[in-house]
Formats: sequence, C-alpha cells, structure tokens
Amino acid sequence: MTEENTKIVENATCTFCGCVCDDMELHVDLDAKRITKAKNACVLGRAWFAEHTIDENAPAAMIDGKEVSVDEAIEEAAQTLVNAKFPITYGLSDTTCEAQRQAVAITDIIRGNIDTTTSVCHGPSGLAFQGVGESTSTLGEVKNRADLVIYWGGNPAESHPRHFGRYAVTPKGMFTPGGKKDRTVVLIDVRKTKSSPVADILIRPKPGKDFEILWALRALVKGKKIAPEIEQETGVPLEVLQDLAERMKNCRFGVLFFGMGLTMTRGRHFNSGALLALATDLNEFTHFVAKPVRGHGNVTGADNVVSWQTGYPFGVNFSRGYPRFNPGEFTTVDTLSNRDADAALIIASDPASNFPKAAINHLKSIPVVVLDTKQTETSKDAHVAFRTATYGINTTGTAYRMDDVPITLRPAFESPFPDDETILTGIKKRVNELVLAKHQARGASGEAKVAAITPL
Amino acid sequence: MKMILIPGRSSSQGTSLNEGKLKDEYKKVTSTLEMNQDDMTKLKLVDGDSVRLSNSIGQTIVTCIGKKPEDLPAGTLFIPYGPPSSQLMGSDTAGCGMPLSKHMEVEIEKITT
Repeated sequence: MTEENTKIVENATCTFCGCVCDDMELHVDLDAKRITKAKNACVLGRAWFAEHTIDENAPAAMIDGKEVSVDEAIEEAAQTLVNAKFPITYGLSDTTCEAQRQAVAITDIIRGNIDTTTSVCHGPSGLAFQGVGESTSTLGEVKNRADLVIYWGGNPAESHPRHFGRYAVTPKGMFTPGGKKDRTVVLIDVRKTKSSPVADILIRPKPGKDFEILWALRALVKGKKIAPEIEQETGVPLEVLQDLAERMKNCRFGVLFFGMGLTMTRGRHFNSGALLALATDLNEFTHFVAKPVRGHGNVTGADNVVSWQTGYPFGVNFSRGYPRFNPGEFTTVDTLSNRDADAALIIASDPASNFPKAAINHLKSIPVVVLDTKQTETSKDAHVAFRTATYGINTTGTAYRMDDVPITLRPAFESPFPDDETILTGIKKRVNELVLAKHQARGASGEAKVAAITPL
Repeated sequence: MKMILIPGRSSSQGTSLNEGKLKDEYKKVTSTLEMNQDDMTKLKLVDGDSVRLSNSIGQTIVTCIGKKPEDLPAGTLFIPYGPPSSQLMGSDTAGCGMPLSKHMEVEIEKITT
C-alpha cells in the first residue's frame, strides 16, 4: 500500500443495518481496492467494510452460468420479464433509493408485482401502522429526550450493535445529560442475550405470549384490574406488569423499540398493532413513541420509495395497470409458494437462502434475474446474474435510517462493476421499448390501442 | 421430543454473511443450534452432537451446543437463521405476507452414527 494511493473518507456511512451510522472514518487502499480500517464501525460494520472487496475475476454478467456482456444480459433480462405473465420484483433493501425507484418503474411498465424484504421483516408492522397509526420520532429525539427506553422482541447488541451507544441508551442528550444514568432501560425477550446486561429491568415472557402481555399492559395503563393468573399464562408476574405500566405512565419521554420477536411470531401484525395501540394510550399521560428496529441498511428507503410511487409500502401488484395492495396475495412468499410468479427480478436479496422451502422450490423452477454484489444461493442458479457495485462503498446515492432520516452516501473506491441503478435503468429502457412494440403490434392488427407507456 | 425453535440474528451470522453466504463459516454458523443444557442431558446430547430437527414441512440436520438453563428456557431452541432453518418454515402467511418464522414447533432427535 503506497501512501499516495491511500485515502481517508470521513463521515462515510455504513449501510449494513438500519442504524445507517454516518460517522465512519474509512481508510482505503486504492491499489488493493479495499477498506483497511473502518473507525467507529461496530463488529458488523467492520465485517461489512472489510469483506466488500473487488473480485476482478468475477464476470459482470452471466446468462445460465456463462459469461456475457452487461448489454447482452440486460437484453435477456428485459425479454424474460416482458414475456412473463406474472413477473415479480423482490428485494431492494440493500440498494439505494435511486435504484429502488427504477425497480418500481420496471414493474409498473411490465404490469408485474413488486415487494420488498419488508414483507418478511416489519411487514406486519406496516399493516399495523395502517390500522392503528404510529406515534413516532427520530432517533435524535430519543437520544436527547427519552428517559424510559423499552426494547421488545429484539437483541440489538447482536443485530444493531451501535443502537445502544449512538442513539438510545448511553449517549448524553440535551435533556439526558447523564446518559444512561438518566434513563431506565427495559428489555423484554424470551431469551437472555448479549443485550440483557444493558437492561435495568429484564422481563422474560413465555414464547408466543407477547400479545397477551401487551393487552394486559393496555388494561393496566387504563386503570383496569388484571387477575394474578396472568403469570401462569405469560410467565410474567402481575406486579412486574404493574410496575412497568406505572413507569410508562410516569416517564417524561418513553420509547418502545420493537423487533422481529413481535412480527415473526404468533400474532404477527396483531402484536405490532397492540404495541402501537399501547404507545397511543400512553400519550394520554405522557409523551410516548414506538419505533420498529429495522434490519437492512435501506429497507426503510424501500418502504418510502415504493410508497411514494405506488401509494403502498410493499406487496403491490400492477397487473390491472394500476397499483393494488394485498399482503398475503402480492407478498413474495405468497406469489412464490402459490406458484403465481413465472419470472423474478431479485435485487440485492437472497430469498433462496431465507424463504420457506415451498417458496424456494418454486423460485428454482422459474427464470430469475439477480443483481447482487456477491454470489448467493439465489444468484448461483439464476438465468441472468449481474455482479454489482456495493452501495455506500462503491457508489453514492440515498439510504434511509430506520427513523426515516435520508442520508447521502459517500463512496470509498470505484468498482469495475456497474451499480444497481445503472443496470435497472438499462432494463427499464429496454422493457419500455419491448412493451411499446407489443402494444403497437396489437394496434396494427385491429385490437384496441393502448396508451403509450410513460416511465416513472 | 417436541420443542419451539426460534431462528434469529447473531453477531457471527452477521459477520459471516458479509464474507459470503456460500462460504464455510456462514454454513457452520447457521447450522449450529443452541439448546438448554438440561434438555440436552435428557436427550443424552453433548456439545457438538448432530441432531435432526423435523416438522410437517421438512427436516434439517444441525450441530447442538448447550446454553445455561437461565439463558435459554427449557423446551426452546435458538438457531441463527439461514438455509437450515428455512427447511422447517411453513409458507402460510395467514394473509399478512409473513411466514411464521420464529415460533416453529419441531421434533428433535439425536443422530446416532
């Protein structure tokens, strides 16, 4: 590493998890095209920066495992998507908002189905937001004001290691000058985890009893009586719930952070809805907010972009020419497991690794177009596979922190591979041409003419 | 013996997926099952033993390691999520898009060689 070929990028952003920490100091070896040090990064961030290097031998594009040019792959991807009857677009939580926007446009043009990893993350919370509403705030407000911090169904020490130190537990804020001394931290989880030591109060319910506990807390907050038998049902003594209810009513600014322990378990959207309703109830007594702790670096951006452009956050279908939202039908586990999808465009995601078996089996039976920075279970069997630059490391763009704050990314070094936005823009241009040609051919044969497509 | 399986994130799962999901470290991490030590004693298991997890959806073989009873309740299993846990996940999303992926009832049995 020569001194003239090293550089330091200050205030760079880590896009591994939803914390989207934007105080990184990256030391970059431009000869080796790698980041040698990521000051301020957590254990996950250090791995994110260290492992995203450039594999010069990897093909930028492949069709059925054979190397092709990027242009050839774009043509094949466009043909595959346009010729499908029920093409689906999925992923999007590990790419920029600019790329997400192109993916929505492609899906609109081909009258496909678009969904993001939100559907298997906080999708149930998305439904609860629509049904109950959200008392919300930024993480900056939490840092400066919160004196009661509750984590429910999550293990931030391992999933979001800087959440405690940067935003919610130890930082000194305007009205919390003593840092952790000025806060009470409550952790509610079935397991004792690496997050447990940070808690002043640790509550260990029985698995799958979150809804019952949340509903009991709502009753206690409203002054209703709860029978002591609640302990047999939930594993949590009544006096513990009474104490927590009083703390919640009497704090100055409370926050409920909730994770997959609520959304992926029995109750799903009812759990999230109960928690959001509890936060709303508490605003009769004090200021209380609820925030989902989001996983992927730009999953919050995906929710925002898909909402801006379709009116709905995920699980959106364009087959009738206008967007329709129906989780359980247009969400990707369903479109695959029900064998509706006959082609897939997967962006920065690996459903073949993490989806249910039935969905994976169907995914492997249809032509799949994949954009990813590394080879994955999904990309290794793809019909068309693009190797892409890594957002935030090789490319700029916009990512949303889990509290809906947009952050501009500062890249560290260039990649020889194109970024997601460039490839998706190419596919969009080509599918638009192909769809327009189809419509014109129909018009020439006497069928009803269709209005010209206007890309978003 | 029937138990509840909870797949979730762990630090090592998060760091190894950055290295690559097709690499050995990720495969090892997502195939390591945490289990209450008392439950392991009942099934005559020791750290490093292979066990078969199965349910009506499918089955997978993983390696178990013990956790103190005060850290992981009896009857509960934890595994960093990945391809092995997907083998046991049902596809019914109950109309919300989310499969039940953290509260899976599974049968556990020791694999004798």
